Amino acid sequence: MSNEWEVVIGLEIHAQLATKSKIFSGASTAYGAEPNTQTSVVDIALPGVLPVLNKEAVHMAVKFGMAIGAEVSDRSVFDRKNYFYPDLPKGYQISQFELPVVGEGSIDIKLENGDTKTIGVTRAHLEEDAGKSLHEDYAGMTGIDLNRAGTPLLEIVSEPDMRSAKEAVAYMKKIHTLVQYIGICDGNMQEGSFRCDANVSVRPKGQEAFGTRAELKNINSFRFVERAINIEVERQIDLIEDGGEVVQETRLYDSDKNETRSMRSKEEAMDYRYFPDPDLLPVILTEEYRQQVKAELPELPEQKQQRFMDELGLSDYDASVITASLGLASYFEIVAEKTGDAKLSANWITGELSARLNREEIEIDKAAVDAEAFALLLTRIKDNTISGKIAKDVLDAMWNGEGSADEVIESKGLKQITDTGAIEAYVDEVITNNPSQFEELKGGKDKMMGFFVGQVMKMSKGKANPAQVNELIRNKMK
Amino acid sequence: MSIEVDEVKKIAKLAALNVDDADLQSYATNLSNILDLVAQMDAVDTTGVTPMSHPFDAVQRLREDKVTEVDRREAFQKIAPNTEDGLYLVPKVIE
Repeated sequence: MSNEWEVVIGLEIHAQLATKSKIFSGASTAYGAEPNTQTSVVDIALPGVLPVLNKEAVHMAVKFGMAIGAEVSDRSVFDRKNYFYPDLPKGYQISQFELPVVGEGSIDIKLENGDTKTIGVTRAHLEEDAGKSLHEDYAGMTGIDLNRAGTPLLEIVSEPDMRSAKEAVAYMKKIHTLVQYIGICDGNMQEGSFRCDANVSVRPKGQEAFGTRAELKNINSFRFVERAINIEVERQIDLIEDGGEVVQETRLYDSDKNETRSMRSKEEAMDYRYFPDPDLLPVILTEEYRQQVKAELPELPEQKQQRFMDELGLSDYDASVITASLGLASYFEIVAEKTGDAKLSANWITGELSARLNREEIEIDKAAVDAEAFALLLTRIKDNTISGKIAKDVLDAMWNGEGSADEVIESKGLKQITDTGAIEAYVDEVITNNPSQFEELKGGKDKMMGFFVGQVMKMSKGKANPAQVNELIRNKMK
Repeated sequence: MSIEVDEVKKIAKLAALNVDDADLQSYATNLSNILDLVAQMDAVDTTGVTPMSHPFDAVQRLREDKVTEVDRREAFQKIAPNTEDGLYLVPKVIE
């Protein structure tokens, strides 16, 4: 990327709120139902129906506001955003324009160099989701499924404070973690519960005025956010350097081709003509209510991280990795409690467990070994039943469904040899087979110790206790 | 403030309204008159007045988050012009 250009990014994140029913009707929001089986007269916009606001949707929006230290308004208003599209049966989307529930706040992100950067949150407002359009297979027609229509969304709008795709991803991850911690969104990106639009522009370094921005729509994975932004930045710079001009428009990221392409030019059609929705009255939130919601907030990611460091002695790095996901943090807490060894638990969770999750590209809730079973494995390291090395093999077997740690250790005969006589026999054999190396060891060549321990471990198929082997060899040197 | 015929066309398009060319000028005049009225009201000092978002002096009642609706797809789709596999079919909206 050219050094003369500065990238400016703002994100609009749509978090689907985890309510049971829709924002303005009593229809279910459950994912994956048969098309159009979760719609009410309100969702399909029959004439003469009235939307009634879901209390929990408001509660969740307020929770978010309090969690980011934002102004939560005492009076907020719903507006109609007008446009025509078949998956929006009313001809308008109920959203919030001038008076959103949540006003200005901020989020701190950690940069790659370890510095902290504060990203401004402009606002967060409640709105309803649209239905789904299916463009294939219907004899030249478009199929419409309105199950999603009316699902509550919290749209979280950032300031144009991010200066690279990496910063944008860090911010998005931070929000993703937060909404799950406070229980307002399941964060499931595959199901579209958490998605984002990115406003991207470039300007010459040092210039104050923003360049013209393009809006990248509906990006539903962290990897794609980074790639989409980078490819769009490249496109804009090339365009300008070739004497062209960026037009303000909506663009779609095509992950197969790794390119963005124009969806529709914003200049003409997109005048949404917002006005207050006469079907809904202003929402009034008292200071008492706001304080009550604040008091009910669970431990937030940063607080948890600090506690893990202060009370459990984790490193900054381990604590931040573990608390980046509520699922992982809960898993860790169970393992740490059961084993009574937070550091060992953290090492194994950030190491072996995370490696397996990454390899299979799954989240902790899909892990093949649950926290209790994992804790038992670590307990077997602690009580010297197995070595750490053997424990990795045991974990593999557990991961493949071969039973609990104890069952695997038993069936595979992996129990550490604690019988000194047996280990001593191995030690003697290794010394007999390697007399010159043993002389070197005795002569003060300490590096040889590794060789001898290694040989004995090999003979015992990893089942000897390395500390014990070490001690026995030292005894032989006397 | 005055609205031109071109703007009437644009607004009509956004609202998906079919306005006869012959009526464009009268719409332009009438809409301009409404805006003039609004401009007159602008002269009133509204310092300290909360903008009215609804004519009723009331606040929004909230609903408990409960699923109260049952599946009524069959009834709803009886009045739809075209359905298939439970979907409403509409003229294709993308190329």
